[in-house]
Amino acid sequence: MNKPVDPAATITRAEVEDLLYHEAELLDTWRLDDWLGLLTDDATYYVPPNDKPDSDHRFTLFTIADDIVRLRERIIRLKDPNCHAEYPPSRTRRLITNVRITGVEGDTISVAANFAIFRYRRNELPREFIGRYRYKLKRYNGVLKISERRAILDAEELGLLGSVSFLL
Amino acid sequence: MNERRNGRSNGHLVVEDRKAQSFSVNREVFVSPAVLEGENRAIFDKCWIYVGHASEIRNPGDFRTRSVAGRPIIFCRDRQGTPRALINSCRHRGAIVCREREGNARQFYCIYHGWTYQTDGKIKSIPGDDAYPASFDKTTRGLVEVPRLEHYRDFYFLNFDTDAPALATYLAGAKEYIDLVVDQSPSGRMEIISGMQEYDIKANWKLMVENSVDDYHLVSTHSTWLNYMRNSGVNIAPPKGHLLPTKGLGKDLGNGHLTTDNPNYRGRPVAKWISIYGEEAKADIDAIRKELVGRLGEARAARVADSNRNLVVFPNLVLNDGSSVTVRHFYPIGPDHMRVTAWALGPVEETEAQRARRLHAFLTFYGPGGFATPDDVTALELAQQGFAAWRDVPWSDLSRGMGKSDNEPQLHTDEGHLRVFWRRWSELMEPRA
Repeated sequence: MNKPVDPAATITRAEVEDLLYHEAELLDTWRLDDWLGLLTDDATYYVPPNDKPDSDHRFTLFTIADDIVRLRERIIRLKDPNCHAEYPPSRTRRLITNVRITGVEGDTISVAANFAIFRYRRNELPREFIGRYRYKLKRYNGVLKISERRAILDAEELGLLGSVSFLL
Repeated sequence: MNERRNGRSNGHLVVEDRKAQSFSVNREVFVSPAVLEGENRAIFDKCWIYVGHASEIRNPGDFRTRSVAGRPIIFCRDRQGTPRALINSCRHRGAIVCREREGNARQFYCIYHGWTYQTDGKIKSIPGDDAYPASFDKTTRGLVEVPRLEHYRDFYFLNFDTDAPALATYLAGAKEYIDLVVDQSPSGRMEIISGMQEYDIKANWKLMVENSVDDYHLVSTHSTWLNYMRNSGVNIAPPKGHLLPTKGLGKDLGNGHLTTDNPNYRGRPVAKWISIYGEEAKADIDAIRKELVGRLGEARAARVADSNRNLVVFPNLVLNDGSSVTVRHFYPIGPDHMRVTAWALGPVEETEAQRARRLHAFLTFYGPGGFATPDDVTALELAQQGFAAWRDVPWSDLSRGMGKSDNEPQLHTDEGHLRVFWRRWSELMEPRA
């Protein structure tokens, strides 16, 4: 990958929305290798604990705090039929709304969005994962990539949501 | 088994026959509301139940509210500094008087009629108390305190039975294994790290006891986690004749407590390096090890650092001392529904880098977003779904390792330690004459 270029002049909300909607489709259709292609080589993925939604994973026990190495391993796991919690894969539907560019600093574009993810599995309760996304995006060779994604759940505790075994 | 096909054997739900080398648990114990009600009376009202850790209530006025043994509890340190377990229910008409999950309080206030309590539970004020008859004694109207609250090395347990033996007696051999956790701190002080994992499983709570120490399931349930370890450079090849990379033990610690005790192969923040931690962590983990050896001696340090132990304190506390330390308790919401709460535990002295490494290691395996726990949740829920046929397929089998002589150790992949739980459960739930 080449050096990222200054994005401030060129970024539009429509372009960010296109990326997020495309990402949602890849995740809902379980095209997980394609999804990895949306990420930078040092991307991170966080799901903070429900009781400390705005905390730092270095000091607080998260639900998920993946660096790119573990994220790639997570995809290997999710594609494996022995990933029992997600085999057969959950049916999910993601509604992404309230997309906003909240800042541009250096080569990093900060984005906020809301999500509602509906998840269905046979013999299980329907589950609704509601929350907000916080993204950091960077542009490489003109292509917008995800360098950090943080999925912050609104629920006070996971409770009946159970495991977070698929990608939020 | 045929004579017991349709129900209990001699009225018992746990049936052990040493001669026939069989051990069976009737699946009624996982589905019956009557059994759950019996457990509430015979187990949760009688045993020492984990409520919290001293580090969660460091300062006077600090409190945590949680459900313990089915009751709403305020676990707090009163303003004079004494730890308390108060029942979170107004003496007047019952409403919860502390609604926050955690914080620091000067008083507890009931929003319904305004009764106010001190942090030691005593009544502070009752609005319009001149309307009460002369016989009404305010001093007896404080929040009800759980009769017993004791700790072992900062792990606080409560007991609703005034006549229960002391906690230290109750814990029996479990104390040694709690020591192995706490000795990881140079000052003997561990702390609960911020961030809770609170999730439900649609399965009976006793399945979590079994699952927490059942190493037989590791290969079939957690092959994706083993792959992750292998991809990270950990040697996961089992020695000949074994299911897992190391040969561990399953142990009876008395009073229904039990543990696995396994030579470590998967790395430990204290103090065994693996490549997942990164090259830069090597020297730091060497230093942790050196401190451990200097303080405890070579043998004891190796005991602390080189084994993984999943400890069950009867009935519902689990300390997993593996790739990180988890404190996990769980309680029944219904026969087919439990709530699990898990925390990470670490030495208070840890540097920022050490703490970050510990938390990273925690998430390789544990928790609702980990590489293993979600598959455990699935396994337990599938078992519970199968129990719908409990009248047709009444018995679960726990006989692994029963063919061994008493001198031969029970392995972690045997079920000797699971039988320890069930024997104690049976003693309390269906006492023999």
